[in-house]
Amino acid sequence: MTSGLLLRDLRVEIAAGDRRLMPVDGVSLEIGPHECVALLGESGCGKSLTALALMRLLPDGLAITGGEARLDGTDLFALPERAMQTVRGGRLAMVFQEPMLSLNPVLTVARQIAEALAVHRGMRGGAAKAEIERLLLAVGLPAELAASYPFQLSGGQRQRALIATMLAGEPRFLIADEPTTALDVTVQAQILRLLKQLQAERGMGLLLITHDLDVARDMADRVAIMYAGEVVEWAARDVLYGRPFHPYTQKLFSVLPSTQRRGERLDHIPGSVPPLGTAFSGCRFQERCPQVWARCQQEAPGLYELQAGHRVRCHLAVEDRPGVAQAKPSIVAGATADRAPLLQVRGLALHFPIRRGLFRRSVGAVKAVDGVSLELRAGETLALVGESGCGKSTLARGILRLIEPTAGSVRLGDEEVGRLSGEALRKKRAEMQIVFQDPFASLNPRMRVGEVLEEGLQALRPEVGKAERKERVARLLEQVGLDASAALRYPHAFSGGQRQRIAIARALAVAPKLLICDEPTSALDVSVQAQILNLLKDLQREHGLAYLFISHNLAVVAYLAHRVAVMYRGRIVEEGEAASVMARPLHPYTRLLLASAPGQGLPRDAVFSERFAQVGCPFAPRCGEAKPICAERNPALGEWQDRRVACHLYG
Amino acid sequence: MSLPFQPEILWSDALLFVLLAAVSAFVLHVRRHEHLCVPWLRVAQSRIGMAAAVILAVYAAIGVLDSLHFRPALPAEAGQPLRYGNEVRSVLDVVAEPLRTRVEKTYSEPFALHLYAKENLTLADGRQVRDYPRLKHGGAHLADERERAGDIARRAIVGGLWGAGLAFGLWLLLGLSQVRRGRGVATATARMLHAQEWAAWRTALIALSLLLVLGGVLVQLAGHYHILGTDKVGQDVFYLSLKSIRTGLLIGTLTTLIMLPFALFLGVAAGYYGGRVDDLIQYVYTTLNSIPGVLLIAAAVLVAQVYIETHAELFDTAAARSDLRLVFLCAILGVTSWTGLARLLRGETLKLRELEYIQAARAFGVTHLRILSRHILPNVGHLVLITVVIDFSGLVLAEAVLSYVGVGVDPAMASWGNMINGARLELAREPMVWWQLAAAFLFMFVLVLSANLFADSVREAFDPRAEQR
Repeated sequence: MTSGLLLRDLRVEIAAGDRRLMPVDGVSLEIGPHECVALLGESGCGKSLTALALMRLLPDGLAITGGEARLDGTDLFALPERAMQTVRGGRLAMVFQEPMLSLNPVLTVARQIAEALAVHRGMRGGAAKAEIERLLLAVGLPAELAASYPFQLSGGQRQRALIATMLAGEPRFLIADEPTTALDVTVQAQILRLLKQLQAERGMGLLLITHDLDVARDMADRVAIMYAGEVVEWAARDVLYGRPFHPYTQKLFSVLPSTQRRGERLDHIPGSVPPLGTAFSGCRFQERCPQVWARCQQEAPGLYELQAGHRVRCHLAVEDRPGVAQAKPSIVAGATADRAPLLQVRGLALHFPIRRGLFRRSVGAVKAVDGVSLELRAGETLALVGESGCGKSTLARGILRLIEPTAGSVRLGDEEVGRLSGEALRKKRAEMQIVFQDPFASLNPRMRVGEVLEEGLQALRPEVGKAERKERVARLLEQVGLDASAALRYPHAFSGGQRQRIAIARALAVAPKLLICDEPTSALDVSVQAQILNLLKDLQREHGLAYLFISHNLAVVAYLAHRVAVMYRGRIVEEGEAASVMARPLHPYTRLLLASAPGQGLPRDAVFSERFAQVGCPFAPRCGEAKPICAERNPALGEWQDRRVACHLYG
Repeated sequence: MSLPFQPEILWSDALLFVLLAAVSAFVLHVRRHEHLCVPWLRVAQSRIGMAAAVILAVYAAIGVLDSLHFRPALPAEAGQPLRYGNEVRSVLDVVAEPLRTRVEKTYSEPFALHLYAKENLTLADGRQVRDYPRLKHGGAHLADERERAGDIARRAIVGGLWGAGLAFGLWLLLGLSQVRRGRGVATATARMLHAQEWAAWRTALIALSLLLVLGGVLVQLAGHYHILGTDKVGQDVFYLSLKSIRTGLLIGTLTTLIMLPFALFLGVAAGYYGGRVDDLIQYVYTTLNSIPGVLLIAAAVLVAQVYIETHAELFDTAAARSDLRLVFLCAILGVTSWTGLARLLRGETLKLRELEYIQAARAFGVTHLRILSRHILPNVGHLVLITVVIDFSGLVLAEAVLSYVGVGVDPAMASWGNMINGARLELAREPMVWWQLAAAFLFMFVLVLSANLFADSVREAFDPRAEQR
């Protein structure tokens, strides 16, 4: 094959002292023109390094030590650097994850596109100007945005602008490295659709790097699954999603939470991705594989061709395992929710004053949370969903009184949290705890795990003696599935999933009744996410905990939550039983969110606007069913059938 | 029982001992905590860093020797209780006794046998001539002036051999300790000479060996010649340079000691509490920063000067007087220099305050004071350390400049700034008196260069990006 992008047996090496680490070890891929290939895998498996190696942009200390890459017949690794510069951004372009970091903050969008045009196509002056407009139009940005700086754009607009700069060189192939991971689902759907459409129009090849099985299903023609620096399975999309062969691929599917798995315990992959520098003997997946047998330990499997175009790196492809027994996922009863509400939030508002001038006069307020009412019973999970910036996390901090509320009341048990102060408030804090999103920022790197876990006890239960504290710490660690010796180590010795377990243990140390989980799994790999979700379920069943579960991942919400509250611009727009909201969303915003979730085909055309109205319903400018009244009056949250909805369409 | 000397603890000595105690406590603390050790082990793997550390250690040793002060007993008189003199000496003075006492009349060149100024001399036959007289001490042991070159070479070689012998002994001792830990002679040798993980220690050992050789040469020569010449009043410049080390080190370290509490407390408070506290602290340091530093220092030093002169009865020795001025200079330098670090800490604290582990601690109702001491302070420690090490060399240089301008340390106190000040006028003289300036420059240069190199390797070791590699 001379046309297309061909990668054969790529090896990337890190020289670390006298050890040689191989983060990418023999990766082969082929992408035809007009084709989209997804490179799928958990973090640390070498996906991004493969892409960077293709662009010859590996960071210092890493080197390509083997393999070849051919772009329409040109050997990329043999090109001199000068020639490679014209290839980069020209025939081969790359879109990165974080658009804010990929665009130069001091140049306008037009300047950045013009630069690419001048370098790769020699266009200047009027011609370039016209081309810039054409490109912006192609990525769905109005031409007047050409003169704006990156910080003036929203996340989605920035990603579009970045794609426009990449298209300027008329690439034959585009590498997109997690292009939508930092974006909201609604924006993600837009960007994915844009990429797919551009690919079809221009006949580009697209290499999409992602960790999201659903995104890959919507986008890819063929999929490569990577694990620990190797491609373990390579097949056409329908084959892979229909009949996954490799145990790892099968596991990846079975750990995904979804509505259908409600009440079930999620399957999980024990352990975590092997760290860089692990010395492998035999199969790299053997330690986590449910079907491992002697041969896997002795011999590394080759990439066997199962059928035309379906390659698998597993001994099962050539030999049946002696004595196969598939374990069925165990079904657990869901926790039964109490009747009396544990948490009652009434009209909670959190406004941040905007201060100007010498005397810091308040000239207005950002209404991050604007009159939210909620109820939560013991043993129940209420999910709070919404796009970033809708006030979910602020609401959580307001309930905990980490931020002082502007108005409204929070009752926990039979006490008003807002009225407590001093010692009484500190006592109350033992009943409500929080688990944060980023397991790397939520543990003090200078404290041992034992000290981290003891901190809450020391602050809230000073009467507990030293010996008993130690004993409790050991019990907590056991509860979250960690070894008791972990108490003596520092957080940096643990992986992301383990750190999240520690963070959960820290919250549990003071025996809370309410646990607020602020996106507890969004920074984790899917296999680890399943472990954490199972843990949360177990803890709820054992201790009757109430969870306020903040998430933007609708699949997780559908799996875990009893009830769902959807937030938009600081207010709740729909609230009801999780199953019924997921099955039959009423509010147009909820419908948009559900339709944007990946894995069900790309949405046709959603009305897209990032404006929001100051008067009337804030969602009206984005709403396809807006009526004249929507522009005038903000609808109140009212009862409608089995739930509460804030929309003029109902009631 | 009466000692033949009375220990005398000057203010700066006391502060220095406090500092040493603090450093020792810090080292013990670091040793007990694995995560704190990691960056220091990285420093220990940097070859340049280790060589610089050896040189700094030698400077520090001289400085500490010079800080152990005492007053010697006066010659005993029968029936009288033992009395102590007014002159304060240090252990360094005892070690370098010949250097201190062998004072010439005025300038003489390095290794000279004659003064640098002509005098009327009376010859043995009674004739009067105008010529350069022989030095009283420099090269006085030579019968024939023509032997000088040979004598210097011989002494240098003997001294060098002494040093080399000591260095060899050191290597042998280390090698033996390796062998005693159960390693064969061959492996121990191979480890010390070739092993990769010993590279930095080997560099440090080589630096130490070279210093030993140099020390041997200097010891042999300094007893018989003025190796760096003499100054206007005939004092040995080499001795003055050695004495200046303490002054330089004190300015570099005591200032930090005084500045740290301000910077830590105010910087962290501004960042953590925000709001009005932040406004107030920012206002203070912006104001302080807009006053020209030299003016403030000059004014403060003059005030101190007047105070010392009007309260002469408070000081029983001249050393105590000049010492107080030094401490005062450190204090005022400290008060004017905390702003930079405070600003840095404020920024870092602003960032830390929003981190989730601080939020989690607040959700536990942990008190502010405890959050500050357990969560914030340990996490800004690396910034403090890097700043302190980098500031050190700047302060040593600042002392030289301030003394040169005349608002630095007491003119009677040995310091590089005073040496440069003294050399200033003589530079215009023909033939030029260059050695005072050169000596001050050389000593300061070596100190500041090693401090900078060491600071560089510390900064690199504490760089968070280094951990990912």
